[in-house]
Amino acid sequence: MDWDWNFVWEIMPTLIQGVKITILATILGSILAAIVGLGIALARRSENRIVARSVGWFAEFIRGTPLLVQLYFIFYVLPDIGILLPPLVAGVIGLGLHYGTYTAEVYRAGIDNVPRGQWEAAKACNLSGRHTWTHIILPQAIPPMIPALANYFIAMFKETPLLSAITVLELMNQAKSVANTYYRYIEPMTLVGAFFLVISLCSVVLLRWLEHRYGRIER
Amino acid sequence: MTQWSGYLGLILQGALVTIELTLMGSVLALIMAFLAGMGRVSRFFILRAIATAYIEFFRGTSIFVQLFWAYFVLPFAGLSLTPLQAGVLALGLNVGAYAAEVVRGAILSVGREQYEACTALNLGRWQGMRHVILPQALLVMLPTFGNNAIELLKATSVVSLISLADLTFQAQVVRSQTGSTLMPFLSVLIIYFALALIISWGVRTLERRMARGLDGVRV
Repeated sequence: MDWDWNFVWEIMPTLIQGVKITILATILGSILAAIVGLGIALARRSENRIVARSVGWFAEFIRGTPLLVQLYFIFYVLPDIGILLPPLVAGVIGLGLHYGTYTAEVYRAGIDNVPRGQWEAAKACNLSGRHTWTHIILPQAIPPMIPALANYFIAMFKETPLLSAITVLELMNQAKSVANTYYRYIEPMTLVGAFFLVISLCSVVLLRWLEHRYGRIER
Repeated sequence: MTQWSGYLGLILQGALVTIELTLMGSVLALIMAFLAGMGRVSRFFILRAIATAYIEFFRGTSIFVQLFWAYFVLPFAGLSLTPLQAGVLALGLNVGAYAAEVVRGAILSVGREQYEACTALNLGRWQGMRHVILPQALLVMLPTFGNNAIELLKATSVVSLISLADLTFQAQVVRSQTGSTLMPFLSVLIIYFALALIISWGVRTLERRMARGLDGVRV
């Protein structure tokens, strides 16, 4: 086992291209997950029993099955019914949908944590349903959720290598193609691992700060 | 229509591999979780440091990268693993790191008075742990262990990418042989979901059995 620094510098530009796609997929996936999660959380609170139940079951199903198979499903099954998606779009939808079911639980807990009195006060002030949500409930519910949401986005970041299975050219895929071209696995694979380790160690610091900033609920 | 039964047989074979991986991975994860979790609350600095390094490392890099590293890089260091061995190793060590934090949290959640009672009864550290602390902590750990086991089940799908013939791999085989996409992927998703339901049901049953006789102790 010998480590070759020259080879490392040679493959670096290729890997950095992969890093860009990895980060792009994470950001887009996080935005989608934040929206999907809110949608699921609101649908589960719906007055309509059928909507609430079926969305609940759907979310449960997505959470109980592997992301990889869901990505395959989006990438291979949807074209058969006429929806042709580029790999990156399919990947982002997969990530957003999968993690949306997790963030939905965060939203649920956050909304349940808003005291009953706030709902009653909104009603007493004669606010409409939409105004109650946008002006009273969500502004109080969202800040305490931010650390938990960030936690899931970091978890999502660590799952992005799965996108290589549906031919997205992100970091892992670039590393694999470099490794297969030169038949050297040590450097590319180790660099990918080191990259993820560094980012997630940094994210621990970020999480601490977020918890300090937003974690406390004012009573 | 008759050929579907053949393909279904293929998928069920994959399900057996997935179950096998989940069981073996869980056993390794459980061992690692207790070793590292108790290491984290040890008196000795060196044990704490080793356990923390292990946990941070395996939680920081994604399971996919670890698996590829175990399968492609370790052979260069003279340690050749079969896909199954690499899969069990990566899954067990990865999920073990997550579960170790559960073990640590559960041990710390046992009240101070229990430790004081151990001292009062003149129990050694190990005896107190074995007879007083762990039996109570185990019950706290169980529900989260169930979630970890489901995460492990979902993570097994990744081994299909190092050519181990699990559920996901067989779905790809069926897809490439028949050109049909909906049938293999949907049936595989349903099987994964059924397995996840079995795990959560099993853990709930176990929890009820273990809680028996502890009613007076738990507040």
